[in-house]
This record gives sequence, structure tokens and C-alpha cells, in this order.
Amino acid sequence: MDSQFQFDWQAAINSIPFLIKGIPYTLMISFGGLAIGFALGIIFGLLSINKQWFLKWPATAYIEIFRGTPILVQVLFIFYGLPDLIGGPIDPLTAGIAAIALNSGAYISEVVRGGVQSIDKGQAEAGLSLGLTRSQTFWSIIWPQAFRRMIPPLGNQAIVSIKDTSLFSVIGVGELVRQGQVYIASTFTAFEVYFVVAIMYLAITLSLSLILRLIERRGLVSV
Amino acid sequence: MTHIVKMKGMNKYFGKLHVLKDIDLSVEQGEVVVIIGASGSGKSTLIRCVNGLEEFESGHLEVDGQALAPKGGNQQALAEIRKEVGMVFQQFNLFPHLTVKKNIMLAPQKVKNTSQTVAKATAERLLERVGIGSQADKYPSHLSGGQQQRVAIARALAMEPRLMLFDEPTSALDPEMIGEVLDVMRELAKEGMTMMVVTHEMGFAREVADRVIYIHEGQIVEQGKPDDVFDNPENERTQAFLSRVLAH
Repeated sequence: MDSQFQFDWQAAINSIPFLIKGIPYTLMISFGGLAIGFALGIIFGLLSINKQWFLKWPATAYIEIFRGTPILVQVLFIFYGLPDLIGGPIDPLTAGIAAIALNSGAYISEVVRGGVQSIDKGQAEAGLSLGLTRSQTFWSIIWPQAFRRMIPPLGNQAIVSIKDTSLFSVIGVGELVRQGQVYIASTFTAFEVYFVVAIMYLAITLSLSLILRLIERRGLVSV
Repeated sequence: MTHIVKMKGMNKYFGKLHVLKDIDLSVEQGEVVVIIGASGSGKSTLIRCVNGLEEFESGHLEVDGQALAPKGGNQQALAEIRKEVGMVFQQFNLFPHLTVKKNIMLAPQKVKNTSQTVAKATAERLLERVGIGSQADKYPSHLSGGQQQRVAIARALAMEPRLMLFDEPTSALDPEMIGEVLDVMRELAKEGMTMMVVTHEMGFAREVADRVIYIHEGQIVEQGKPDDVFDNPENERTQAFLSRVLAH
């Protein structure tokens, strides 16, 4: 069983122009989804720490459902299941963005909750004792401090979501993995192509890590 | 005689624990009232009721002419009271994401819509007054504990309060920094500020207080002029407490 396999550099290089067409889709789904997910995370994260049960319970249900089911099932449900309900097709790009938004939104809710709850109770007491309203106290004292603590876990979630988009090849969005599959179908150079695909993901996630590290270093006063 | 704080038959519970029992206490304009007692006696809870950081369950509490209702009722009155009552905490509770100056400017700008120029001038003046004018642009974490607590006093004063609450303001400080904070408080008292001070600093109490109140298990068991309370305590619990804290 000795393998005659040799890495074909030429095949790898040749695949790049085709694969690169997938990157805009990967980025669009990732960052489009994450932007909406961040908004959802703030809303549901704050609702989940509310004392009113009718605000807290729906938020908690949302978080548990989208954290507790696989994102692959979520996107299949959105793409193949929801059209039955709404009576019309959903395009793959929209389905992908929706899946990342809802899924990352659940995790970001927990990040928001944790960040806000990590701020010492004395901070709110100081704000209230100075005559600030609850919402002034929250937005000018608690939130800025909580947000700084949220940056590392948010960065982590962004990286997870970028990688999750690779699953959406199953619904036919022309993102990186899908492009790879299409290319391999005619060239049969799976090793080289998936190697290049992996490098491209790494380039995206490493750039993001670098940017986040710069933000953290610049923006953090010792809190 | 104008009373800025009036408590009548006030009761407070933490669950089943009865932490304040039938408190009757009035504080006059310009008076310095020092509250002493063992830890867990309810003295901090008592002053935290004054600006609504703690709710009470029954009785009457009026601050600066505004009546607070039990169980956090009457939010309108509470909002008014908080504008007029400053508080200094044991742990300083400065805002770590804001510079010293911004810490002081925040409330006047947000609550009173004071312009930035005026708020800044006030902050600088107050920082001079508490002796740390040169630290205005630093962040709180770069200051010593004593300096941080003086900033906290300046921050409360920026709202021009009619009453200042001090909740063990020197308990978290290294011994060598206690004096500088007490000096600022002494000055405030001299200028006629109405103050309610919870503290373990008996020397300060004797020197600055107009009235000393001893609380034991949620009840006011003795009060009077500092010399009377410290030298001739009538209640045996007060005697026992004072002999413990004054012994060392």
C-alpha cells in the first residue's frame, strides 16, 4: 500500500482564482450575520437579566434553543423548512445570514449577560446615588465597562461564526467550501484544493485575531 | 428647626431577618450625625435607606421634604432625593473607565444638564479643594486609595448636595491614608454640610460629630453628644461596645 501521492503545487495555485470567488460570500454571510447577531445579542442578553419574567423567559428560551441545536440543522430548517410555512423560497444567501445571525445572537446574548453581570454592583449604586436614572446609569457607566470585557469573547464568537459558514455549502451558497467542492468535481485534486481552502480560512481568522488584539491593546484602560 | 431627614417607626427586613427595628431618627440641617455599632448592626443599611439604595418595609421616611414610600414606592420622590443627597462608599466606586475629571463631571452633565465648560470648572475647583488638583486627567486606578476616596467626595459634592452620606469611608484604606480623607470630611463639617457618617473612627466621631448614635441589632440604643456617649454611656450594650473598640 505504498502511496505514490505527491502534492501538486501547480494544481493548488491554479485553484486559487476560482476559490477566491467564494471569499466575498463567506465574509458577507459571516459579518452580515454577526452584525445582526450582535444586535440580537444585546437585546436578548439584556432581556435575559431582566427581573420581569415575561421578558426574561422568552429571551432565555431563544438562547437555549439556538445554543442547544446544531447550526447545520438550523440552516437546513430555515432553507428547506421555512419556505413551506411562508409559501415561497428563501435564497441561500439570506438563509445563511439568518442562520449565523440567530445562532451567534444566542451566544452573544450570553456574552452580553456575562459582561454586564461582571460589573460590580457598587458601580450602579454610585451612578444612582448621583441622581442618574437607571438607563443613564446603565448606558454611561455599566455598558462601557461591560463592553470592554466583552471584546475577547466577541472576537472568539466571530471566529467560530466565520468557520460555521463552511457548513452552508449544503444549501448551495457559493462560499469557500462550496467553491472548493465545485472545483474538485472537475479536477479531482481534493488534497490540494481543501488545503488552499483551509489556508484561506486561516488567513481570514488570523487577520481578525490580529485586529482584535490591536483593539484590545489600544482600548483597554486597566479596569 | 428644619429636619432634612425624618425617620419614624421605620422597619427593614432582609428576608426574615429584621435588620432595622422601629427606627426614629431626625437629622437637622447642618448637623453631623455619626452612627457607630458593630458590623452587621444595621448602620450601613440605615443610611442606605436615606437615598433608596435599600428599600424599607414599613414606617415613614422623609428626606428634604420628600416622603419615600415603603417597598420602593414613590420613584418620583426618590429621583428628587438622589439629586440632593450625595454618598461616599467604602469601596470608593469610582468609574474606572473615566478620568478623575470626567468622574466628577458626569452627574452634573447628565442630571442637571450643566454645560461641559461649567462642569469642568466645577470639577477642577473641587479637585483643588480636596487637594488633588494635579490628578484630574488620570484614571482612578492610577491613584492611591486615599486619593480615590477624595475624588469620590468631590464627585458627590459636584451635585451640590444638601446632605452627604458616608458609608465607612475609611474602612478600605491603608492606615496612613485615613487621615487625609478624614481631613476633607472635617473641612466639610466645618463649612456646615449636613452629614450622616457611618464609621469606626471613634476619634473622628468624638471630634466632629454633633451627635453620636449607637446601633445594636437594628435598634438605636443610645444617642447624644459625643462626650456623653463616649465618656458616660448609659446603656450597658454601648458600654460593652465602646470598651471593645476603644481598648486598643
